[in-house]
Amino acid sequence: MQNLNAPREWLRGSAILAFAFILGAASVARADDLQEAQQLFKSGQTQQALERVNRALAANPREPQARFLKGLIYTEQGKQQEATEIFTKLTQDYPNLPEPYNNLAVIYASQGQYDKARTALEQSIRTHPSYATAYENLGDVYAKLASQAYGKALQLDASNSGAQNKLSLVRELVREPAQKPVAAAPVAKESAPKEPAPAAKEPPAQVAAAAPKAPEKPAAEGNAEVLQAVNGWAEAWAKQDVDAYLGHYAKDFKTPGGEPREAWEKTRRERISAAKSIQVAIDSPKVTMRSPDQASVSFRQTYQSDKLKSQNRKTLELVKADGQWLIREEKAGK
Amino acid sequence: MKRFALALAAAALCAAAHAATPEDKLSAVFEAIEANQLDVALKRVDALIAGYPNFRLAYLVRGDLLLARARPLETFGNVVKTVPQERIEGLREEALARLRAQRERPGEDLLPRYVLQLNPEQKYALVVDSHRSRLYVYANDGGKPRLIADYYVTLGKNGIEKTREGDQKTPIGVYYVTANLPRKKLTDFYGAGAFPINYPNEWDRRQGRDGHGIWLHGVPSNVYSRPPRASDGCIVLANPDLVSLGRQLQIGLTPVIIADQVEWSDAKALEAERASLAAALEQWRADWQSRDTERYLEHYSQRFSSPDQDYASWAAHKRKVNAGKAWIKVGVARVSMLRYPRERDVVVVTFVQDYRSNGLSNVMKKRQYWAKEAGAWKIIYEGPA
Repeated sequence: MQNLNAPREWLRGSAILAFAFILGAASVARADDLQEAQQLFKSGQTQQALERVNRALAANPREPQARFLKGLIYTEQGKQQEATEIFTKLTQDYPNLPEPYNNLAVIYASQGQYDKARTALEQSIRTHPSYATAYENLGDVYAKLASQAYGKALQLDASNSGAQNKLSLVRELVREPAQKPVAAAPVAKESAPKEPAPAAKEPPAQVAAAAPKAPEKPAAEGNAEVLQAVNGWAEAWAKQDVDAYLGHYAKDFKTPGGEPREAWEKTRRERISAAKSIQVAIDSPKVTMRSPDQASVSFRQTYQSDKLKSQNRKTLELVKADGQWLIREEKAGK
Repeated sequence: MKRFALALAAAALCAAAHAATPEDKLSAVFEAIEANQLDVALKRVDALIAGYPNFRLAYLVRGDLLLARARPLETFGNVVKTVPQERIEGLREEALARLRAQRERPGEDLLPRYVLQLNPEQKYALVVDSHRSRLYVYANDGGKPRLIADYYVTLGKNGIEKTREGDQKTPIGVYYVTANLPRKKLTDFYGAGAFPINYPNEWDRRQGRDGHGIWLHGVPSNVYSRPPRASDGCIVLANPDLVSLGRQLQIGLTPVIIADQVEWSDAKALEAERASLAAALEQWRADWQSRDTERYLEHYSQRFSSPDQDYASWAAHKRKVNAGKAWIKVGVARVSMLRYPRERDVVVVTFVQDYRSNGLSNVMKKRQYWAKEAGAWKIIYEGPA
């Protein structure tokens, strides 16, 4: 997992640089705060850096560069949850930027959540197919996932080795910054105005295009997509089109009783086919975007078949896989 | 990836005609690997794992597919060297056994040489190929065997040809399912259920083999399957396989023929063998009925034995009994003929014998072992079945 340190170096340098391109004239007044914050961060004074960043954000709460730096500071301080929130929000507001995805992945990987890390990195690469750091990290994550799979194949105690990995990683993450930032910083600074760093070579143009329409829209689009998926699911169910209905469930769907997927599918297939008619109505759905590729939808479900009539609240947890929103968990109640 | 593909030597792809079993899905994963569609392979293996989260072999393949994205593989099951190699070896062997069986399913014109004749009540016969770790299920299709299913099986740790109690080997021979032990009467170790077979049978006892408790059974709930050589001599199937197989078993009737490497034959050759033995059996019946004891005794080999007699005492006894008969009528019905694996021309013949005479009449289920001696079929064992 050594390479997972690499992006950190990169984050300090070119990510900030990339933002500089988009936001050249963003807020001149607060640029000083931000610059100072970056300096402080690079010299390891994270608390002071945080104060400056907060000052910058007080003036312009949406400014991505400051938010990004804040995410880095939190990561550095070990506040993973706060860092995760910031990076997640950035991926929602700027879905075309690869860097927040990459950083999310680094955090996930440090928590041993390699599947999530993989998804984030793949997304990062999808937004920027030439993003070398994400490839490098993805390679490491694949290797990690492979070793988990081998662990299961051989029934080794995966939980133990997982915990060890995590610990050693945390140590690396904490130790690293003291040495590296110094080396990384100058590179970024010098090349900043004219010559983008290699990894950022192509990004600026795309990033610039993406930036203006940033904050609200992506989330709204996400909402619409999610709702569309949920409606499609209800429709397939009502039409008793079992294949289409089952197609709305993610491959890692948590079956209600923990039974094997095939057994669950079989029961569903039988139940749905057995009814003479089915009606499903979804009232007042509420979508919560947990991340760009994770959403939760709560609604009131009215179900009526020739055998049964029921009304209850339901929550669907959905994930986006290959551009499709799929159900990962189905919960009765809120 | 090159070496990976090599280790799983590509053969002609075999389209699965039946519903996709986990094994079919595994096979589809390897097909994708051979076609160099690693993304497809990974998706397929993920789907397989989602459906069968205890299928360890699938995790091994998934591990390789993921690792291949990070760095070149050195071998199939590219696990770090620190873990016990025999465990990986077991999974590798399972992969090979499953793939080979998928790709080398016997053609329709090939039949196991053992099933010469099933009686009309026997709906199925099982044939185990130890070498391939495979159990083949044949349906009795108007007296002719027809392959309807085949399953991967785990056999004894120390291989086959069981002779001693505790040798952890699987016996070779012709056996019958003797009982049905449901899941609730067993520990989790046996999984979905168990079907004991009659090892040691007449022939084993005659050869001085001992031991007991050879079963067909399932696997513990935390695994989908076990490596090819891992049991204490039992024949172990994945639980879903055991359940579907269990529906077809008839207690006391369904034969389980365990061979080292199944010998295959065509229907014509089998019919010729069956007809020659059927003729010998009919002659034995007719000669017994004729009360010409010497002709009757000619059907018996010098190495004959019954459970309590050798040839000499058997002959003396028969001469004495037959001499007192004014008439004898012998009926033979529901005949099955199963060739004994590993033995040279030995066939187990089981039938219902309807014996009537002045004095004694009885109906019994009888078993005889016939062997070819100098070109003629002779009885080497006879007793109740």
